[in-house]
Amino acid sequence: MATLLPAPARRRRTVWRDTAVGWSFILPNFVGFAVLTLVPVLALFYLAFTNWNVFGLAEWTGPANFQRLMHDASFWTALRNTLYYTVFHIPLTMVASLGLALLLNRKLRGVAFFRTVAFFPYIAAIVATAQVWNMLFSPEYGPINHILHFFGFSGNPGWTVSADGSMPAVIIVGTWREMGYYMLIFLAGLQTIPGELYEAARMDGANAWHRFWTVTVPSLRPTTFFVTVMLTIGSFKVFDLILLLTNGGPGQSTLVLSQYIYQKGFQENQFGYASAISIVLFAICFLVTVVQFLVNKRRNA
Amino acid sequence: MDTAVRPAQAETALLLNHRATRRRRLSRTGRIIGYALLVVAALALLLPFYWMVVSSLKTNNEVYTTPIQWVPKTVVWENYLDIWRKSHMVTWLKNTLILSVAVSALQVFTGSFAAYGFAKVRFPGRDLLFLAYIGTIAVPWQSYMIPQFILMSKLHLSNTLWSIIALQAFSAFGVFLMKQYYETIPNDLSEAARMDGMSEYGIWRRIMLPLSMPALASLTLLTFVNTWNDYLGPLLYLRDPSLWTIQIGLRSFINEYNAEYALIMTGSVLSVLPIALIFLVGQRYFIEGIATTGLKG
Repeated sequence: MATLLPAPARRRRTVWRDTAVGWSFILPNFVGFAVLTLVPVLALFYLAFTNWNVFGLAEWTGPANFQRLMHDASFWTALRNTLYYTVFHIPLTMVASLGLALLLNRKLRGVAFFRTVAFFPYIAAIVATAQVWNMLFSPEYGPINHILHFFGFSGNPGWTVSADGSMPAVIIVGTWREMGYYMLIFLAGLQTIPGELYEAARMDGANAWHRFWTVTVPSLRPTTFFVTVMLTIGSFKVFDLILLLTNGGPGQSTLVLSQYIYQKGFQENQFGYASAISIVLFAICFLVTVVQFLVNKRRNA
Repeated sequence: MDTAVRPAQAETALLLNHRATRRRRLSRTGRIIGYALLVVAALALLLPFYWMVVSSLKTNNEVYTTPIQWVPKTVVWENYLDIWRKSHMVTWLKNTLILSVAVSALQVFTGSFAAYGFAKVRFPGRDLLFLAYIGTIAVPWQSYMIPQFILMSKLHLSNTLWSIIALQAFSAFGVFLMKQYYETIPNDLSEAARMDGMSEYGIWRRIMLPLSMPALASLTLLTFVNTWNDYLGPLLYLRDPSLWTIQIGLRSFINEYNAEYALIMTGSVLSVLPIALIFLVGQRYFIEGIATTGLKG
């Protein structure tokens, strides 16, 4: 019957049909996704300009929340701490996960076992693991300081209970937790590099170090890009780890942006002000991602 | 090698041979270094889990001692009995199980369904819509948790298990993972079925679903574990103790019995154990799932 229609009408009909069918597939997920993700993201940009509180009374206050942010010392502390975490967590995790992936990409016995071991911290619940780490870090009796003393280290770092040691402790646990995940991604990337490339480099007399920089690194570029973006966003939004390991303390030594949003929003019910902080977090992640995309594009061009 | 080798040739051969052994020896030291590094890394990675299990088998006084007891003097199993009496572990586990199963089922259904629309049906605006999905992966949940909470409260979902189901079941991640997989399935198959008059829904159910079993397994396991482990969602939404999940329950237990180190470690072991078992059984699918989503960022 469709063959009786003139060609353009037929095409229009199939386009309509395909659109309806396509949407019908997407809709069950899209309804949930739109209501619970898209709408809140858009609402954020309204909320941030109001003084919405727990009673749901909202007044448009314009840029007042952002002006308040500029003079909020706790906000700047949170921002500084978030950057502190990010600046150390990204390179550490990158090096550790790539190093592990390179080790595991060789034909060694027991590779599957080590892969399991390295990935396990990532899927073990953070409530339990943060608690163990807290006990491991105990300055007086914890195994970590004992091990350090065994290797001749004389100091007694306070780790999670000292202002200087708490952020390094968080960074260590963050890296421990995530390196297995990124290792798997690097491993998948490494396995797509054709062996002939290494053979050719070897023919040219390149040593292992040389081969790493001339073959591995360039071939891994798409993977590295993906890992960098994910790690950056992951670092800026660090939250549950902090909440469970140090709760932002001691003092404000590990207070980060996500936690500050939580404090203002859910503990002090200042939804409007917390939304303004959220916008800062959103903007940082957005900008960093865009910049990384642009840099990646230019490098590929 | 030939017996009729001239001395010079033999010498070259010997030289080459020598060089080969040297390389092999080097690669053997390389291998030993590799193993040593792996063993050290594995020990460091496993230390927390070892400590967790060992402490759960000690009496409370033995958890912190100088020098450290790396192996308990006597193995104490009582903690594993006491914990059920002192906590509401059964309620927590039940709630967590309900949520994990419900979220996984919904995520797998809606995710694979939507992925078919994105991967195999052509219609205007499709790629833009998919971009919106992918874009939100880069938006941290922490930045919109406040409007989302207000919305959930307006819908009267907060402080019910439905809030967590709504929160976790429609993630873009599932759509992304399934789409990546569907795109590896050749279009000829669906074309042929279409010629035979099969509807798109029929193609999804009878051809795509059976062919994408590995990806469905990956998505199910990753979602299950993710829901099981979630701490922040339940922290914000589940106020009523009868709704608590294992994570939020364990956390309140830690606060309540903050000096009962051995018991806390017992609870921790119990909260991680189901995940460890699932991971050991379905390891392959976890690893493939992660690799699929990572390959084409």
